[in-house]
Amino acid sequence: MPVRIQEADFDIGSELADLCRAEPRVGALASFVGLVRDVSGGDGVSEMSLEHYPGMTEKALAAIVGEALQRWSLIDALVIHRVGRLLPGDRIVLVAVAAAHRAEAFAACEFIMDYLKTRAPFWKRELTAAGARWVEARDDDDRAAERWRQPGG
Amino acid sequence: MLNILYFASVRERLGRSAEELALPAGVRDVAGLIRHLGQRGGAWEDLAGTRNLRCAVNQQMVPLESPLADGDELAFFPPVTGG
Repeated sequence: MPVRIQEADFDIGSELADLCRAEPRVGALASFVGLVRDVSGGDGVSEMSLEHYPGMTEKALAAIVGEALQRWSLIDALVIHRVGRLLPGDRIVLVAVAAAHRAEAFAACEFIMDYLKTRAPFWKRELTAAGARWVEARDDDDRAAERWRQPGG
Repeated sequence: MLNILYFASVRERLGRSAEELALPAGVRDVAGLIRHLGQRGGAWEDLAGTRNLRCAVNQQMVPLESPLADGDELAFFPPVTGG
């Protein structure tokens, strides 16, 4: 299963190498890494915690990756998303897509990330000097996901 | 029985993360269940008014008009903010 939810950090280099190992058809490997920022809405963030819906999270991510594999000619794809307590600078998410050519790899990587943002059941809570607060969903994320909508989809 | 889960800010406001509930008589869909839960008063009354309340039935995000059946796993949560 090309989807993992974990508290532990991941090594970007070894994950990317694993994705195209023994696959000489891969000519393009696109990846996205999301990190915890130390600022949000003008306030300093000292810590973040990520909650998720065990069971549904894995299904939602697998469905998103499955849809990407249907839409583009891909060789493999990987999503790793961390949960639990994270600090500024920590890696949160890795999306990687292996394909023969870059156009498919870039597009599918962006698609998976846009759908993850709006469909995968994760919730961020950030700690600022004013206390802890839940991160609000952004309309921009809905618009980004909307771009990929297909007739009847 | 319904298995109901609450996540993130919804869980915090209700002070509950999960419960089992017999499918109430007359409740046919998610919106009906929200009205039923609202009879508990307090924070439960506000559930219906929660802006952008999201719901999943059997781990699939669905509109609030979606039907419910005995044995369903149901979850209420705010819009997702992963990534």
